[in-house]
Amino acid sequence: MTNALSIKNLSKTYDTGLTALNGVDLDIRRGEILALLGPNGAGKTTLISIVCGLVNPSTGTVAVEGHDIIQDYRKARALIGLVPQELHTETFETVWDTVSYSRGLFGKKPAPQLVEQILKDLSLFEKKDSKIMALSGGMKRRVMIAKALAHEPRILFLDEPTAGVDVELRKDMWRLVKRLRDTGVTIILTTHYIEEAEEIADRVGVINRGRLLLVEDKAELMRKLGQKQLVLELQKPLEQLPEALSDYALELSDGGTRITYHYDTQATRTGIASLLAALAGAGVTVKDLDTEQRSLEDIFVSLVVEESQ
Amino acid sequence: MNFEAVKSIYLFEMARMKRTLLQSVISPVLSTSLYFVVFGAAIGSRIETVEGVPYGAFIVPGLMMLTLLQNSISNASFGIYFPKFIGTIYEVLSAPISFLEIVLGYVGAAATKSMILGLIILATAHLFVPIEIKHPFWMLFFLVLTAITFSLFGFIIGIWADNFEKLQLIPLLIITPLVFLGGSFYSIHMLPEFWQKVTLANPVLYLISGFRWSFYETADVGIELSIAMILIFLALCLSIIWWIFRTGYKLKT
Ligand SMILES: Nc1ncnc2c1ncn2[C@@H]1O[C@H](COP(=O)(O)OP(=O)(O)OP(=O)(O)O)[C@@H](O)[C@H]1O
Ligand SMILES: [Mg+2]
Repeated sequence: MTNALSIKNLSKTYDTGLTALNGVDLDIRRGEILALLGPNGAGKTTLISIVCGLVNPSTGTVAVEGHDIIQDYRKARALIGLVPQELHTETFETVWDTVSYSRGLFGKKPAPQLVEQILKDLSLFEKKDSKIMALSGGMKRRVMIAKALAHEPRILFLDEPTAGVDVELRKDMWRLVKRLRDTGVTIILTTHYIEEAEEIADRVGVINRGRLLLVEDKAELMRKLGQKQLVLELQKPLEQLPEALSDYALELSDGGTRITYHYDTQATRTGIASLLAALAGAGVTVKDLDTEQRSLEDIFVSLVVEESQ
Repeated sequence: MNFEAVKSIYLFEMARMKRTLLQSVISPVLSTSLYFVVFGAAIGSRIETVEGVPYGAFIVPGLMMLTLLQNSISNASFGIYFPKFIGTIYEVLSAPISFLEIVLGYVGAAATKSMILGLIILATAHLFVPIEIKHPFWMLFFLVLTAITFSLFGFIIGIWADNFEKLQLIPLLIITPLVFLGGSFYSIHMLPEFWQKVTLANPVLYLISGFRWSFYETADVGIELSIAMILIFLALCLSIIWWIFRTGYKLKT
């Protein structure tokens, strides 16, 4: 089965000379939720805009379920629903009309029942005859989601869906996203927040300055997150590690006053107790100890820092 | 061809225009009536006939052209400028439709509305003066082609404009003067010879002349020239649209 999305060597340099995307390769599997994580200006929106046909790529190709987005744009675009980052809504039209219009625009015959269901799912049905300008910001965002879903897309892009959204809507949104995923819809969302990626995604991609730094299963990332380190401050500096401790992968630093030990919190035995016993046996006195968890944040920050060096 | 999409854009635009129907109908009806009071009654009582046509009836085709040109341009330019302005254009650009289909939807709706207004003017005028249409086919030919051509032109302006001033600029500074100086209210034979020559450089003259010919068989220039002129305009606008389509001018970065 072809991938939902296959991006090859995608770059974009805007007329201003700014390179917003730089050789991105990314395959997105059908039915997965992928979170694109990156700071402001990383190129997330640019990436999405190219796939959806709003921005012309400078180099590279994108195929949507095997259909090239330029040669075969009709088939490619018909599969995609887009909820952009900015709130762009009509003003004088009613909720019902604007959502029905979106469906027609994508070439689908009217389907009042489906539109009704979508509006109900998004708690918008009572507002169906309201003019959009009379809605609150959060409701307008719901309208934009409804518009994106009106043509039953197979792939849904949510560009920063939780910006300016309250807890309630956020919960609704995640419920909807999971339900859509259960029906086989592929979902790509962007976010600045690691917790968000952690909460919802199957895979996480980290992007910075137009480069995709990493794409990994969330479980794998979580495993890396499960790694902790134990830092031992020593009473007296050591020239070198005692023979008796050679079984443990230890690092000696800070002029021999610090020992660092990595361990896995998910392992049945962390080895901390035996390490401490072995240290005592070797006559090493510990002054202080500390444990640290590597967070996704750390991984992210170190990736970003590494990249900018 | 994605007919469903063309239909959606067309109906969406027609619905938008329907919301402002009253003001868009009242204003041309009112101004037409005023023209008749001022030009028809005051001046017409002195001029009586132009080229054998009563003055009141003589100005009807010009009045229709004036409304047709102004409305085609403003409807179409606003129709595409507004989604650009509020950002909803993203949806049209991300839909599985070609640029041609986008143009068909927007321009079709704008042209429809201005043709309706043109016919309303005709009906209003009919209340004031007796009107005969000697060549109904050619009358419709000019009506339809002018509406389409200038809606295309308006569409181009709407794409080009990045603020409201630019949107108003061309209709105000170019089209309105060209229509007024293009023989809407007079025959160019009433002008001194020098100004007759100058007026021949005004493309709108050819449209008004041809249109008037379809009513009364009186024309400032040959009917063939008028037909050629409208077709040249149409071809010109279509080429610009085609170029926009090729380059994504002002629509895609
Ligand atoms: N139309 C444009 N013309 C010129 N530069 C642009 C344009 N759009 C975006 N950029 C630049 O490209 C870079 C990437 O922007 P993009 O919007 O893709 O980032 P992002 O990851 O979505 O950021 P954010 O998290 O703030 O939404 C930025 O430096 C931005 O200034
Ligand atoms: Mg963005």
